[in-house]
Amino acid sequence: MKVSEKVIEKVLAACALLTILTTVGIILVLVVEAISFFKEVSIVDFLTDTEWTPLFTQKSYGILPLLSGTLLTTVIAISVALPVGLVIAIYLNEYASKRFKKIVKPLLEILAVVPTVVYGFFALMIVTPLLQNIIPQLSGFNALSPGIVMGIMIIPFVSSLSEDALSAVPGSLREAAFGMGSTRFQTAFRVMVPAASSGIIISAILAISRAIGETMIVAIAAGQQPRFTFDPTVPIETITAYIVQVSMGDVPYGTLAYKTIFAAGITLFVFTFILNNISYWIKTRYQEKYE
Amino acid sequence: MNSRVAHRYDDQLFRGMGVTATVSCLAILIIFIGFILYQGMDRLSWEFMTSLPSRFAERSGIYTAWAGTLWVMVCTTLISFPVGVGAGIYLEEYGKKGRLSTLLEINIANLAGVPSIIYGLLGLEVFVRFMKMGSSILAGALTLSLLILPIIIVATREAVRAVPKTIKEASFALGASKWQTIWNQTLPASFGGILTGVILAISRAVGETAPLIVIGALAYVPFAPSGPLDEFTVLPIQIFNWVSRPQHEFVINAAAAIIVLLLITFVLNGVAVYLRYRWQQKLKW
Repeated sequence: MKVSEKVIEKVLAACALLTILTTVGIILVLVVEAISFFKEVSIVDFLTDTEWTPLFTQKSYGILPLLSGTLLTTVIAISVALPVGLVIAIYLNEYASKRFKKIVKPLLEILAVVPTVVYGFFALMIVTPLLQNIIPQLSGFNALSPGIVMGIMIIPFVSSLSEDALSAVPGSLREAAFGMGSTRFQTAFRVMVPAASSGIIISAILAISRAIGETMIVAIAAGQQPRFTFDPTVPIETITAYIVQVSMGDVPYGTLAYKTIFAAGITLFVFTFILNNISYWIKTRYQEKYE
Repeated sequence: MNSRVAHRYDDQLFRGMGVTATVSCLAILIIFIGFILYQGMDRLSWEFMTSLPSRFAERSGIYTAWAGTLWVMVCTTLISFPVGVGAGIYLEEYGKKGRLSTLLEINIANLAGVPSIIYGLLGLEVFVRFMKMGSSILAGALTLSLLILPIIIVATREAVRAVPKTIKEASFALGASKWQTIWNQTLPASFGGILTGVILAISRAVGETAPLIVIGALAYVPFAPSGPLDEFTVLPIQIFNWVSRPQHEFVINAAAAIIVLLLITFVLNGVAVYLRYRWQQKLKW
């Protein structure tokens, strides 16, 4: 009896340890392949060259064009998702009736479960043609349209995380503000939002990390042309879209072109890893505890 | 007096913004889905579901794609369900508060934020190359399992935590061992919550495209897979392939395939939401 209990505990522990193994595996795979990449390409060129053409005859290995593409779509996505998501969260928590909230929340969640490849279709087939009516010089592939669509996709993510943070603030704080004669607006922005600020900041950071790692929308609608630019109307390529582009083609195993996806991958991983850890750190250090 | 009027104005303005933002999001959702239905509904037929892919858009179907999706879904469930639930139970019931459990906790929070395409790179090196599985269903299912493990673990922990201590203590008092208590009391009591989490995770896996492209799942597969070591394609990859083509007929095919993919996703999510609702109703100990 005692033995089987011990065995079961070991098996369960092994399941939990698998998650550590996954992290170790990811880091190991990325580092090993990246090291072998940097044996052939100098790390200075990689970080400063403004051309990324590993699949052409004239090869250059500068990550800056992919970084600028990623940054551009991320900034556009966040400037859509953050304000809209926050307004929705504050509205649902401070203004809307309970019934309205109960109906609207699950509907908003639908936006979050639509597969990303479907959003790519929307960006290419609906949003780009629509934007071309407003901005005639907009190219058929561009950063603007996938950026906006990515933002729409992230809205429920921001709003539900921020709302959790807002609803964790005790009602007594709100009642105290009302008691002092504050309007709903003053209560929301001078009491509730500051009280929930760490949770709201975490939702923003995680949204950025999401946008950086998003793949299919940009692979479909942004064009696959690495370009060192911050112009949202021309075709660009993000780090993630480049990895997809290479994977769709026939790049032989072990070649330098094959290793580029790991060099791109480790760059991506470093950014999201830092952002995720910052958010975790804020959560443990600054999360307001209300009893 | 003036400032009070201004504050009232702020209040109304923000209320207007809130309603606008919420309603616009829902409107966009309706427009998107309406557009898809409008484009793809006519193409959807029994023939479309049962045909193999072809160079000619009108003859192409999604048989290999949805068969692949089904295979991947079943294999991913079989792998991730026991492992994820096991890990969740360990962390909640056995993992003593210590350095290891803190490390595990940070690690899982981190894994949940790793972009899915990075899991693809891991799967490519470890399952496809190192373990020599090739670009098979098994390699794909293992990759997706690692991807959704954090979701299942977090859901399991929450469900297990919600079980009242009194039930466990009563079980111990009757002489049950730790595992007997977990197996006979904790798990049945938390199963609704766990199942909800697992279904949501599976629905996420069904929609994933990037990691499967990276491990080398093909855009064109002439036959439906017949075993876990076969090459495969899935619905999202088929959609991606069709969207990328310039001809309009393929775009219509993509829209039709999207209807099928959305149907699968929405049904899974609907079931999960229903189970959560039922479970919360029952949750009055």
